[in-house]
Amino acid sequence: MSLLHFAIISPLILAIFIPMLHKYFHKIHTGWFLLPLPALLFFYFMSYFPETAHGESVTETLPWIPSLGIDFAARIDGLGLLFALLITGIGALVVLYSIFYLSKEKEKLNQFYVYLLLFMGAMLGVVLSDNLIVLYSFWELTSFSSFLLIGYWNHRERSRYGAQKSMLITVFGGLSMLGGILLLYLMTGTFSISEIIGMAGEITGHQFFIPALICFLLGAFTKSAQFPFHIWLPDAMEAPTPVSAYLHSATMVKAGIYLVARLTPVFAVSGLWVWLVAGIGILTLFWGSFSAVKHNDLKGILAYSTISQLGMIMSMLGVGGIALHYGNVEDGFYTVAITAAVFHLINHATFKGSLFMVVGIVDHETGTRDIRKLGGLMTLMPITFTLAAIGTFSMAGLPPFNGFLSKEMFFTGMLRAKEIGLFNFETLGILFPIVAWIASVFTFLYSMILVFKTFTGKYQPEKLEKKPHEAPVGMLIPPVILVSLVVIIGLFPNIIETLIESVMGAILPSLLAEGHEFHVHISHWHGFDSPELWMTAGVIIAGILLYRNLPRWSGIYNRMPERFSLNRFYDTGLEKTQLGAMRFTGLYMNGFIRTYLVYIFTFMIFILGTTMVYKNAFKLDTSNVANIHYFEVVLAAIIAISSITILFSKSRLTSIILLGAVGYTVSLFFVIFRAPDLALTQLVIETVSVALFLLCFYHLPKLGKNEERMGFKLGNLLVSIGVGAIVTLIALSAHSNKEFNSISEYYVENTYKKAGGENMVNVILVDFRGFDTLFEITVLGIAALGIFAMIKLRMTRGKEQG
Amino acid sequence: MEILMAFLIGILFMSATYLMLSKSLLRIIVGTGLLSHGAHLLILTMGGLKRGAAPLLGQHAEAYADPLPQALILTAIVISFGVTAFFLVLAYRAYQELGTDNMDRMRGKEGNE
Repeated sequence: MSLLHFAIISPLILAIFIPMLHKYFHKIHTGWFLLPLPALLFFYFMSYFPETAHGESVTETLPWIPSLGIDFAARIDGLGLLFALLITGIGALVVLYSIFYLSKEKEKLNQFYVYLLLFMGAMLGVVLSDNLIVLYSFWELTSFSSFLLIGYWNHRERSRYGAQKSMLITVFGGLSMLGGILLLYLMTGTFSISEIIGMAGEITGHQFFIPALICFLLGAFTKSAQFPFHIWLPDAMEAPTPVSAYLHSATMVKAGIYLVARLTPVFAVSGLWVWLVAGIGILTLFWGSFSAVKHNDLKGILAYSTISQLGMIMSMLGVGGIALHYGNVEDGFYTVAITAAVFHLINHATFKGSLFMVVGIVDHETGTRDIRKLGGLMTLMPITFTLAAIGTFSMAGLPPFNGFLSKEMFFTGMLRAKEIGLFNFETLGILFPIVAWIASVFTFLYSMILVFKTFTGKYQPEKLEKKPHEAPVGMLIPPVILVSLVVIIGLFPNIIETLIESVMGAILPSLLAEGHEFHVHISHWHGFDSPELWMTAGVIIAGILLYRNLPRWSGIYNRMPERFSLNRFYDTGLEKTQLGAMRFTGLYMNGFIRTYLVYIFTFMIFILGTTMVYKNAFKLDTSNVANIHYFEVVLAAIIAISSITILFSKSRLTSIILLGAVGYTVSLFFVIFRAPDLALTQLVIETVSVALFLLCFYHLPKLGKNEERMGFKLGNLLVSIGVGAIVTLIALSAHSNKEFNSISEYYVENTYKKAGGENMVNVILVDFRGFDTLFEITVLGIAALGIFAMIKLRMTRGKEQG
Repeated sequence: MEILMAFLIGILFMSATYLMLSKSLLRIIVGTGLLSHGAHLLILTMGGLKRGAAPLLGQHAEAYADPLPQALILTAIVISFGVTAFFLVLAYRAYQELGTDNMDRMRGKEGNE
């Protein structure tokens, strides 16, 4: 176990101690105990940067299940490091923010921070595992912790609904990813990602290649909320805002992006991969930004905005994957989309994280997130307004912020899509820049709505629950740090160029010759003749026009019929499935014990019968049988006649007497078969049993008239004859097949030698198998206690009534 | 003898199953009683019948009957007695509480089991 492994699971270890810390230091906000960990981890992971910056990677292996090829292999390369830094960096800020956001008196902080740590550890595990099975385990753990965090305020119906929805959708994706992992294993014989990437070229033609690709994409698309699986993310906004900022915008939803980036070297050679990733991505980009405009809830706008931005990154990864077909990387003509994806990934984490925190502040200070009630907060909350303005302008793609740079680069990547001569891109590729431009207009639009409807316009204090004022400093520090990054990266993008280069080296390793690196240069100005500049200008003009005339055209949102929405589809689908499952269960689980007994008996007949036929086990050997005396035949006849007569007897007394007759005859058989102990025991027990029956029969009702239908009886008869026949067959075959010698010889020899007794049966019971007898007595004791309790129960009840 | 016993055991199992499938609690209990008789005889028969003296060393015989099945059956007899006794009292109490011994009317319902 290396330090790296310890770093990955350290959040999980700390989670164990959180309840204790919460209990014994309840005067201190539990968040303070957490804060040092992500901060420490951030600097620890930073220490790996000098190594990964030049395309190196560090791998530490801990054997887990070596026989199945499953090792806890932790591997840090450029891509993993970027995500680890995001998880710990944003994590530290979110924890700090949550200390001021969640009240230590009212909230169940111990639960909250345990879930949050659970998530942090799981997410680190996802991005730093080199073994697909380990990655999958952590992947599902992130889904579970997300479920717990969304449902944190579990007294709210919407929270529970959102939690269940996200769970169902992401776990569905996770399971299909597991299918993809197994298919990859069948093709390559290994679970190690780096080894699979090494074999990338060999598996393209395999019959499992396309199914595996689709399985992995289902996992990535559900996790990253891509169309049509995006519906869980808006409902996940029921979680406390720090959680939304952390899981549902900066880290967990980017796990799908991570997966796509990680597997690009394996799958991007396929046209299907490129089209699915780029196509679904651009569709999600458009649909998310288009839907964001109609929302009135600030967090709803941000949720759709996140969906749309995730789609944007996804589409860039898809288009950039084509670079694998062109060996030439020097001019970065095709790889620019990958550069833009990585760059935007970082930028999105900074501005969206800060925006979520700002929205949380507005919610916290005013008591509402509805933009119809908000307005005119600029003068009351000047710092918050500044933060919000910078964040949204960056999101809208305005200079000089970092969002502008990555948006320009995104346009470049999309414009180049139409020049690709592969997979029909030369004809359909033109759609990419067009859709990208339209989506950017809507992005601009909702960004403006977000900031101006909240902070400018008429101040409506009568609609607010609280009197708004500026947030406490602790709550402002995290968004201030993020917004500073937005500005710094916007002004000096070259400071993260090395980071981006190292990530690209991890995404497209096959394009690099030994010892070479990618060269990324991000510039602000491309000249007046660059189409990107005019696209941005067009976005701003169209966006402002649409914003000014919002009331005139926003009616189109009402024209979309609610009946056909994906949410409705999900809700009715879930309802129908539950109803169907209940009906189906009701079909065979009808509550009658008899029905269940029929299942059991029928299954017994079936399984024993087929085994006998299949193994060809039936054999009748009459050579080695004991002789029969006439009185034995008489005894057998007594048993047979009595037991069959019971079936027809209408009186209780007759049945009891006949049962007793069978019992006494059985004890006579024991005498004949040289079993004196059995005969004695059977006599005693039978006597007591009959007495007990007679005692109880006095209290039990008379046997009802045979009101059962003929079909009912016939069914019973068939099942019983089946059972009887199968038991007879088994008895005959068991007698005739002698597979091995009896072990009884051992007891005959050792009874006296080892146990000093002469009665073998007794010695076996009390000595060789003494524990059996002990437990037998225990069973009797439990039965006696049960009987006692049942009778006692009646007496107390009687007293109460009396 | 073993062949005869095999058929006898079959008849016991058949009657027991038929009784257990009926609606009256008392008949079900009688059925379990018959079932245990059948099972005991089955175990004994499978060990071989009349292959020597009773398993007592004092007999000084050439061969003894197999003691192992006998030990098993002895345990089984006692346990089945315990189960039958428990069952009887349960039936008695159920009849007192619910006013019926008809299994169909004791049926568990969704949400009220």
